[in-house]
This record gives sequence, C-alpha cells and structure tokens, in this order.
Amino acid sequence: MIEMRGVTIAYGRTVAVDGVDLTLPVNTIYGLLGRNGSGKTSLLSALASYRRPSAGTVLVDGEEAFENPRVARRVSFIRDTLDVSDSERVRCVLRTAGRLRATWDADYAAKLSDMFELDTRKRVSALSRGQRSMLGVVLGLASRAPLTILDESYLGMDAVARTLFYRELLDDYLSHPRTIVLSTHLIEEVADLFERVIIMDRGRVLLHDETDALRGRGVTVTGPAALVTAFAAGHTVLGEQSLGGVRALTLDGPLDPDDVARGERDGLAFGPLGIQDLFVHLTSQPRPLEATR
Amino acid sequence: MFHDRSPIYLQIADGIKNDILTGSLREDDQVMSTNQYAAFYRINPATAAKGFAQLVDEGVLYKRRGIGMFVSPDAPGKLRSERRQRFFAEVVEPMLDEAKRVGIGVDEITDYLGSRR
Repeated sequence: MIEMRGVTIAYGRTVAVDGVDLTLPVNTIYGLLGRNGSGKTSLLSALASYRRPSAGTVLVDGEEAFENPRVARRVSFIRDTLDVSDSERVRCVLRTAGRLRATWDADYAAKLSDMFELDTRKRVSALSRGQRSMLGVVLGLASRAPLTILDESYLGMDAVARTLFYRELLDDYLSHPRTIVLSTHLIEEVADLFERVIIMDRGRVLLHDETDALRGRGVTVTGPAALVTAFAAGHTVLGEQSLGGVRALTLDGPLDPDDVARGERDGLAFGPLGIQDLFVHLTSQPRPLEATR
Repeated sequence: MFHDRSPIYLQIADGIKNDILTGSLREDDQVMSTNQYAAFYRINPATAAKGFAQLVDEGVLYKRRGIGMFVSPDAPGKLRSERRQRFFAEVVEPMLDEAKRVGIGVDEITDYLGSRR
C-alpha cells in the first residue's frame, strides 16, 4: 500500500501540489492524467521519494519513503531527464542499471532494446527524442521494480513504438504483477490498460476512480432548449452549447436508464462521452489568474 | 474491440452472453482465463476479472476451483428467455417509434411481416 497524506510541494510561492491525499493499493496499473502544469511530475517525484514534500508524508508499506534506502531500492522512476550521463553508451547505461538493481532482468532489457531497434552502441547524447524515450521504457520495465513510475515515457515515440510499449507493459505486468504509475496526455490510446485513473487539476486530485467507472459517466443531452434545461435539473453540468432553439448540455452522470428512456420519448437525444472527452470537460474550467498563494 | 462510452466489464459480459446465445460457447465449455482474455483484448486484467465476476454473479458462468470458469448448464435457456422478454420493449417499440416518425402505419408493417412469413 502506498499512501500520500497531505502532500504539498511548493516552489517559492508557487504551489505545484496542494495537500494531496491518495491511497494506492499495490500491483495495480494507474494512469495519471492532468493538463500541463497540473502538478503530475511534482507528485510523481514525491511518490518516488526524489523530492521531499514541503508538507505531508509519503508512506510505502507504512514506512516513511523519503531518503529511505529500503523504499528507494524498490522504486524505478523514469522521467524526462532519464537521470543518466549523456556521454555514456546505451549498453553501459543498461549494465549500470543491472548492477544497481536486484530485480533487473538483463535478458528482458536486451529483448526490449531489440524490439525498439535501439542501437546500444550509441551514446545517450546521440539518441533521438523517441529513442531516449525507448531507453527510458527499457530502464523502467526491465527494472521490474515493485513501484515503477513512468512519467510521459512515450514522448517522441511514433505510433508503432507506442503500440509496442503498451503491449510490453501489459504482457510484462501480467507475468510480473507490480505497481505501475504512468502519466500521459494520450488518454485514448492507453486507457484500456489502466485499472484506475487519477486526474490532477491545479495541484489537487480532482478524481481517483476505476477507469471503467469513467466510461459512459459523462452524457451529452441534446434537444429543444426548454426540455434539455428541465432534464438537466439536479445534475452537474460540465459543458453547454446552444444553436437557435437547440441546446446541448454535457452532464456528469451516470443517468438513470428510465430517465433516459423517458427523455428519448420526449424527443431528447443522448450521447455517452468517452474518457478523453470527460477529462477535457472536467479539467477545462477557467483557470484563476492568481495560481500562487 | 471495445469502445469507451460504456464500462468495458459490461461489454465483456454482453459479448460472452452473445457467444452463448449464438452457440459458439456451449454448456460446460471453459471460457478464457482472466489473463488470457486481458492479453488477447489488450485490457487491464482487473477489468476483465470484473466482467467475469459479473457473469458468475448472474449464474451465467460457474467456477471450478483451480481449473477455471465454465458456462452454466442452464445459461443458454435463461439468457434466451431474458432476451425474449426484452425483445418487444427494446426492439419492436423503437421500430414503431421510427415508423410513426416517417409515416408508416401498423397495417403496412403487418402486411410486410405477413409477406416474410
């Protein structure tokens, strides 16, 4: 079990993470979603114990995580910088990872490198953006760390490479269950892999739920303005659009099937929302100008 | 394979029920394991497990400890009678609504159905 209690991370006057409480059961794949600047990377840095929270604590199996070697050995955090020396060759980077990690699987690392057609003789500095990301994925997956955190590890990867990445992630998770936290902006292509989704907005956790509970949770109701408005009474409205006498409202459901059937008989049209559209509606509320405190 | 406008676990349950109704899954046939299903359809195994759990709850599947999950002997009959009950409400009524919108009378529909007998 991983627990965050009142975790706040501030950079000067800017609050990146604002009093986050999260309880994360282990051996689960989590998707961390949020807009740019919503605090995802800061939250993940605290989760990985790379950064001491300004306030609050992170507990891994009940133990304080920060500067705790027992916890650090069990965490693999793959972020943009990769935390490797640019002048090293890829094969040296992989060999070092093997020396540092008891759970490292060198054969699997070699298999993944082949799969991505990653030239391990190259220096890290010579890798393209996509190849750097592939190296990150190899480091993250082959570490088989009980807590594996992949922060936007797909950057620069083409559609084929991303598909290979998702396939490997799932297959390796099925044979070696562990806790994986993956942050992404490409919600639609990877959401099926997430057991749970965490949505951050402006430093706070807006939502933490089973991914499946979000499918069909948002509903768009379209029809004559007066009827739509009457139907929406009592529901949270996420978005609206009007054209002439027609109104379309996006509601935070789920809706009672009997209400929907009645609405359809009255001439209303209903359309369920995908996860990405729900995410856009939930996180596109106007941002206050003053983001600091 | 799955769309994201309704929970995948319900889509899984519906898919297996359809396989039973069409006869591609028969009484006492073993269904895929949760992990096989997850790997095949590229979904999280917990989501797949929830779909199967739903079918066990409904009595469509039964478990044999350590072996796997199987189609209940009475599942085809039960599913067929459920679908028959919903047929008029879910299939015929919407058709009548559409007929009314485009000006097709019940007599015209009856004639058509008579010609298909």
